[in-house]
Amino acid sequence: MDIQALERKAAEMRKTTWEMIYRAQNGHTGSDLSCADILVALYYQVLHQTAESFSDPDRDRYVQSKGHAVEILYSVLADRGYFPKEDLLTYSQFNSPYIGHPTNHINGIELNTGSLGHGLALSVGIAKAGKLDGRDYHVYTLMGDGEQAEGSVWEAAMAAGNFHLDNLTAIIDHNRLQISGLTVNVMNSEPLADKYRAFGFDVVEIDGNDMRQLVDTLQTRNTPGRPKLILADTIKGKDISFAENRPEWHHKIPTPEQYQQGLAELDEQIGGLVHAK
Amino acid sequence: MPNSAKVGDIICTELIAAAKKDRNILALTTDSRGSASLNPFARALPDQLIEIGIAEQNSVTIAAGLAHSGKRPFAFSPAAFLTMRSVEQVKDDVAYSNTNVKLMGISGGNSYSYLGNTHHSLQDLAITRAIPNLEVYMPADQFQARALMHYLVQSEHPAYVRIGKRALADIYTSEAAAFQRPGQGNVIADHGNDIALVAAGETVQVALDTAAILTQQGIRAQVIDLVSIKPLDTDLLNRVADQTHRIVTIEEHSIYGGLGSAVAEALAPRGDTKVDIIGFPDEPAIAGTQDEVFNYYGIDADDIAARTVRQLTH
Ligand SMILES: Cc1ncc(C[n+]2csc(CCOP(=O)(O)OP(=O)(O)O)c2C)c(N)n1
Ligand SMILES: [Mg+2]
Repeated sequence: MDIQALERKAAEMRKTTWEMIYRAQNGHTGSDLSCADILVALYYQVLHQTAESFSDPDRDRYVQSKGHAVEILYSVLADRGYFPKEDLLTYSQFNSPYIGHPTNHINGIELNTGSLGHGLALSVGIAKAGKLDGRDYHVYTLMGDGEQAEGSVWEAAMAAGNFHLDNLTAIIDHNRLQISGLTVNVMNSEPLADKYRAFGFDVVEIDGNDMRQLVDTLQTRNTPGRPKLILADTIKGKDISFAENRPEWHHKIPTPEQYQQGLAELDEQIGGLVHAK
Repeated sequence: MPNSAKVGDIICTELIAAAKKDRNILALTTDSRGSASLNPFARALPDQLIEIGIAEQNSVTIAAGLAHSGKRPFAFSPAAFLTMRSVEQVKDDVAYSNTNVKLMGISGGNSYSYLGNTHHSLQDLAITRAIPNLEVYMPADQFQARALMHYLVQSEHPAYVRIGKRALADIYTSEAAAFQRPGQGNVIADHGNDIALVAAGETVQVALDTAAILTQQGIRAQVIDLVSIKPLDTDLLNRVADQTHRIVTIEEHSIYGGLGSAVAEALAPRGDTKVDIIGFPDEPAIAGTQDEVFNYYGIDADDIAARTVRQLTH
């Protein structure tokens, strides 16, 4: 897909997510919108994986460590055919597998996340297994920046460097916010780039809401022997004007008026991207 | 006085009052001040709130270091992360080293509903109960929460408190009746000696409702609120066993290792009392609201009453 088409897809996925959250009155709105472009770049352009080949041992792997941004993941997986789109209607309903964090009862989801600080270590295990088995799949994991406070992240980072996992790419959704406010104020984890470099990673800093930069960076092979960290500067709540950079939109649910306004803004986005062709 | 309240709000109010008098009282949060209802504390006493970030293990052990140095920390995190991710920190740095840390487990049990099993704490009682030198409490209403806080702010003992999310209807009419001291449970309804229903926290109301249904069916039940899961009121349990020889335990926890297990362990040596343990089965909990999930697993008054009638009449 060309960059424009991917951008349009990201806007559509934001809309699906916005609708899903409003319908269920449940979800992590700001966290989803923040990383929509990252997921679209991965699932439509980068990952060697399809709905049909999900059990293929050579598939690329994606582990979403920031599991709370599950609505955008469901939106993308449904659109990529991992399960019927109608399933999204059961999100947050009694006895549905589509709950507020990823579970591997759902086709396309590798492992159950939601407790922060697990995804990088899971990915180290998967990448190490790939090395042991001589398979050349690549492992991608997406973390939050607030999540960087968990010590387990750094144990895993050390292991990734130690094992020279050049089949591993970690992405930080660097939106500078967590539930209680600015990450620098809650628990300052900066400078993240320097820290990951010190742990043996190549670090690339990009605009994480810029599709071209995302695709280019994700498609560049790792330096032999080195894991890669993409520090993706993003805007939490991206593309809903009144949610952007607002900590309360971490898991705020739109009112009926906000919902309509948000829909209008997203529709305008989608429309603009059609005409620009 | 409202007839229902969120335990978290009560705890915040009490903690502010105590922390104004005793500057050594600290609240530790892990990006959890909102869900811990601690925003008023953060506004009133910003210097006595220490934000640790999303690092529950770190929070528990930092709290232990603070306590060792004369502080009186209350460490607030979601119960699932506080008791399970940080269990070794709790066992070694708090309980074993005997540091005066109060572990405040918020959004406990199944109260995160649709967020799923990563967020549920349905094993926290099994874990904390098995750790020596750790008291374990489950407040059932605002009076009990208040009385428990009066105890906790002056106690020198490590303790874990499991707190739910939703507002709880009043069970008690006074603090004195709600909580007296560690290891004392309460008989909160006494219709007779056919059976005793034992509960703690949110299921105390379920037990009361069950007793009401049973009364209509001619079965006279006692209702016991344990509140102190550890130490356990074994005197009370033995007295109740003498009278009824039949106990039903009701808990928002796995049927393994929680309140039912505690009661069964205490009464097993007698050999004369049946204990029916009602709680979450040994499987990942189904998705739903708390009420839907309770109903699904038969942790609701109608189901428990029907099950009890069946057992008593067969
Ligand atoms: C171990 C653990 N602690 C706490 C939480 C609760 N929680 C969910 S999301 C979140 C904030 C995450 O912030 P960040 O990592 O910056 O992610 P963002 O949503 O900003 O992308 C917290 C504290 C959790 N899910 N897991
Ligand atoms: Mg963030």
